[in-house]
Amino acid sequence: MSTYAQKKGFGATLWDFLTTVDHKKIAILYLIAGGLFFLVGGLEAVFIRIQLAVPNNDFVSAGLFNEIITMHGTTMIFLAAMPLIFAFMNAVMPLQIGARDVAFPFVNAVSFWLFFFGGVFLNLSWFLGGAPDAGWTSYASLAIASKGHGVDFYILGLQISGFGTLMGGINFLVTIINMRAPGMTYMRMPLFTWSTFVTSALILFAFPPLTVGLVLMMFDRMFGAHFFEAAMGGNTIIWEHLFWIFGHPEVYILILPAFGIFSEIFSMFSRKRLFGYSSMVFATVLIGFLGFMVWAHHMFTTGLGPVANAIFAVATMAIGVPTGIKIFNWLFTMWGGSVKFTTPMHYAFAFIPTFVAGGVTGVMLAAAAADYQYHDTYFVVAHFHYVIVGGVVFALLAGTHLYWPKMFGTMLNETLGKITFWTFFIGFHMTFFIQHFLGLWGMPRRVFTYLPGQGFETANAVSSFGAAFMSVGVIVMLINIIVTSVKNVKVGNDPWGDGRTLEWAIPSPPPFYNFKQLPLVRGLDAYWIEKMEGKKGMTPAEPLGDIHMPNSSFLPFIMSLGLFIAAFGAMYHVDKVSWALPVMILGLLITFGAMFTRSVKDDHGFHIHKEELMDDDDKGVKA
Amino acid sequence: MANPQLNSGNPRVDIEYRRRKNAEEMRYQVVSFALMIFLTLIAFAAVAIKGFTSWFTVPFIILLAVVQVIFQLYYFMHMSHKGHEAPSLFLYSGVLVGAIAILAFSTIIWW
Repeated sequence: MSTYAQKKGFGATLWDFLTTVDHKKIAILYLIAGGLFFLVGGLEAVFIRIQLAVPNNDFVSAGLFNEIITMHGTTMIFLAAMPLIFAFMNAVMPLQIGARDVAFPFVNAVSFWLFFFGGVFLNLSWFLGGAPDAGWTSYASLAIASKGHGVDFYILGLQISGFGTLMGGINFLVTIINMRAPGMTYMRMPLFTWSTFVTSALILFAFPPLTVGLVLMMFDRMFGAHFFEAAMGGNTIIWEHLFWIFGHPEVYILILPAFGIFSEIFSMFSRKRLFGYSSMVFATVLIGFLGFMVWAHHMFTTGLGPVANAIFAVATMAIGVPTGIKIFNWLFTMWGGSVKFTTPMHYAFAFIPTFVAGGVTGVMLAAAAADYQYHDTYFVVAHFHYVIVGGVVFALLAGTHLYWPKMFGTMLNETLGKITFWTFFIGFHMTFFIQHFLGLWGMPRRVFTYLPGQGFETANAVSSFGAAFMSVGVIVMLINIIVTSVKNVKVGNDPWGDGRTLEWAIPSPPPFYNFKQLPLVRGLDAYWIEKMEGKKGMTPAEPLGDIHMPNSSFLPFIMSLGLFIAAFGAMYHVDKVSWALPVMILGLLITFGAMFTRSVKDDHGFHIHKEELMDDDDKGVKA
Repeated sequence: MANPQLNSGNPRVDIEYRRRKNAEEMRYQVVSFALMIFLTLIAFAAVAIKGFTSWFTVPFIILLAVVQVIFQLYYFMHMSHKGHEAPSLFLYSGVLVGAIAILAFSTIIWW
């Protein structure tokens, strides 16, 4: 008999998740961990807005404010947005291409645990002598001068979680190249899979510069090197370049999957094929390509000289072209469609004007000469929150509603979902629209307070009030999740009724082997084609046979735990404490021991036999 | 990716074809191996022979290294075969990204 229908105790469930290599369970782990870090980062945002709500406030001190803004940025980018995107990639991408798992299920688990322990390590800084306080960009001249261990937490934490991200990206690339179902050509892949592919390529090329930068910074801070110290013959600008060679592709790593989620939503709920599919693919690839040529627009005022500034300004503006192609394609997808305003569609609809606003300020900032005025003001803060919240966070919230039934088998409440949307949407614009003006009036970013009579009071109060609305939206969503989970009303294969791609052709949540028989893909929107021809499900591409599955393993957890322990040793080694070096060696021994065990112990996985699969049919479980 | 399309179904034709193909492959490998040894000798010679400035020898040796990498990839790691489109796409993208970074570093940071 099959094992997945049994009722399990809490301990067994926990052990199952600690050892799982199943992409759907790893997706849930990413969703939970990323969601928790999202709440932490959100709490930090609320503290920032409380501090800035009135002039001369002393809710937090200047030093603590620096720690809060640093951790808000770092947490939101690395520990909330990226893992949540990885959650959807893990949950949906293998289903969309008709695969039974990712190419390397074990590595997938390693990726998650590395990210998780890196994130926990970074956040432990709050309790161990102070968080990093050099900004999320951690510019070298600030970071090297920073006292205490804050920046060390940043370096080691990001290094560990960065390994995980890099492995995850490679895993997705290999999966998409090699594991597409019969008939699933590249130009029949759903847009979310395409954006996963391009995003993974960006991760592959963008994370190594960050790794290099972090290693150099680690040597500067912990082992007495001087790569970034001008007085010792180093060059502090190198960090800025390395960081932004990573950092600019990073923002496309965040936004491209968001575009992918919205593309799915637009075509699903307009009940229409995505307009201009091939130009969407082209635009996605082009954005990914151009993303590597523009990093220096973050450094216009560093003094690169007019020629370099001009080149990077023009390259930056060029990105507006493929993005514009996408915007028009989404509009044309809705045009003439039978639009259904579900919660995900609300987010998608609101995303277009919001993101266009963020794009317009982006082009303004790209004009290098004008950037000297905008630089380091709230105008920049408003711009990047318009694209990251208006683009990425909207997509994550929309994706949560859209894919919740596929991940958990239950539908989130639509009414509560729409309440979340409206409070979050209104709160977001209230918080950040006014910040454009604050910036133009001259309020610098990253200041912990301002004086009365400078003309910033009303605008800051409005902004903080908006943040409260956003918080309410998130709380309503949490209530929605709890209520839905408690009610636990199971839904069928295609709960939205408009599913177009393969993931909606199988049960929600899918059986652990995903597809009993790999489906035959006959075109773009494979499931939609079958539905339009009056079929119930996909045509199988293979006879029913044994399915080879990987075994669960606790080793990914141990491997990552080892690096987590070693990081403490490396960090306190600077203080010349006696236990630091043994701890570092112990941690590395654990990691390498686990890797060695994995290498020498043969683990061939197991087979689900044909007879068991046929048994499931009798119980009414379909695949 | 090791040329699955070689199988024609007819065992006799298949073996004949493979034998010829393997011989051809072997010839390429031997030739490129000899060339690589030769290039290495030239690299040593460029350093050993007096009269060349380092402004000549360093770029020259880097150029020879690039040629060797290409030989290695195409003749020993079979990138010249069919079915290697994705690896070459990613290799060249990586080279492009690396080259842009090096170009930027050498133009606007160091000099």
